Amino acid sequence: MIMAKPKPIDEIIGYIGNFNKIMVAGCNGCVAVCEAGGMKEAEVLASALRIYFTQQGRQMKIDELSLTRQCDKEYLEEIKEKIYDYDAVVTLACGAGVQFMAEMYNDKFIFPGVDTCFIGVTEDQGYWTERCQACGQCVLATTGGICPIVRCSKRMLNGPCGGSASGKCELSVVAGHDIPCGWHLIFERLKKLGEIQRFGEPAGDKDWSHSRDGGPREIVREDVRP
Amino acid sequence: MAGCLEGDCHFQSGNLRAKKRVGYVKKLLESIGVAGDRIAMYNLSAGMGPKFAEIAKEMTEKIRELGPFLKKSTPGAESAAPKTTSQASGSASLAVA
Repeated sequence: MIMAKPKPIDEIIGYIGNFNKIMVAGCNGCVAVCEAGGMKEAEVLASALRIYFTQQGRQMKIDELSLTRQCDKEYLEEIKEKIYDYDAVVTLACGAGVQFMAEMYNDKFIFPGVDTCFIGVTEDQGYWTERCQACGQCVLATTGGICPIVRCSKRMLNGPCGGSASGKCELSVVAGHDIPCGWHLIFERLKKLGEIQRFGEPAGDKDWSHSRDGGPREIVREDVRP
Repeated sequence: MAGCLEGDCHFQSGNLRAKKRVGYVKKLLESIGVAGDRIAMYNLSAGMGPKFAEIAKEMTEKIRELGPFLKKSTPGAESAAPKTTSQASGSASLAVA
């Protein structure tokens, strides 16, 4: 799922300081699971903003709600009347949700309340890690289910690079914590699967036009279109 | 916030989690210009009545020393914000002593 983290509250205060009526809109999708932008977080943020502006002597209307998702029109339409009671919206959805809301209500100020980080997994409560960079052409079938695009710091398609030691990436020093070498993981996994010969078969050129290099991407599925 | 003694919680690690949440609320309050001292975590058992009274007194004195919560008098400003219909009941809100 898409992972996000809450923006510093002073940054959000800076966005909305010139407005009087604010809607804080959570999203019950991915950002709720990673505890950055669901109903609970919307309530906490709205409450904190009310406290802050009351302390400043401002009488602001700050309310909260949370939508099922903000990346689908039918859920965004649920606020089509309510939104006009407000001057601006702070949405806790991912970057996609923020933009979709801004497109639908293009006469409203829509501000992001979270920083969208990556597509990843929940390792443990409060601990999320990246697994996919949405390159558009999955290579996991040939790499033992471990993605070299995201797990290798250099996105090498044929590794390891020579900079890894004891299974750790050389960028661990820069990051300040251990980064497992993606290609070491791939090697160990292929060995476990008895598929080590794949390691001797270099991957060909990757067509990066499926990734970001071709501009914003789209998927059209005629079979499921209305 | 009062939790069980550490290592003796009916909810196992519930009191330790509560301690972390209190730390989060402290930081959040400080980030919006409110003294983090307005909330504190204490650990005591159900049989520690005198200790509870002592803590309650200590906290009351601390809050009295910090003064009124609102720096400026704007009656009703916080409560003036109507609640929206989709608010989940029983979900978390800021606990400010």
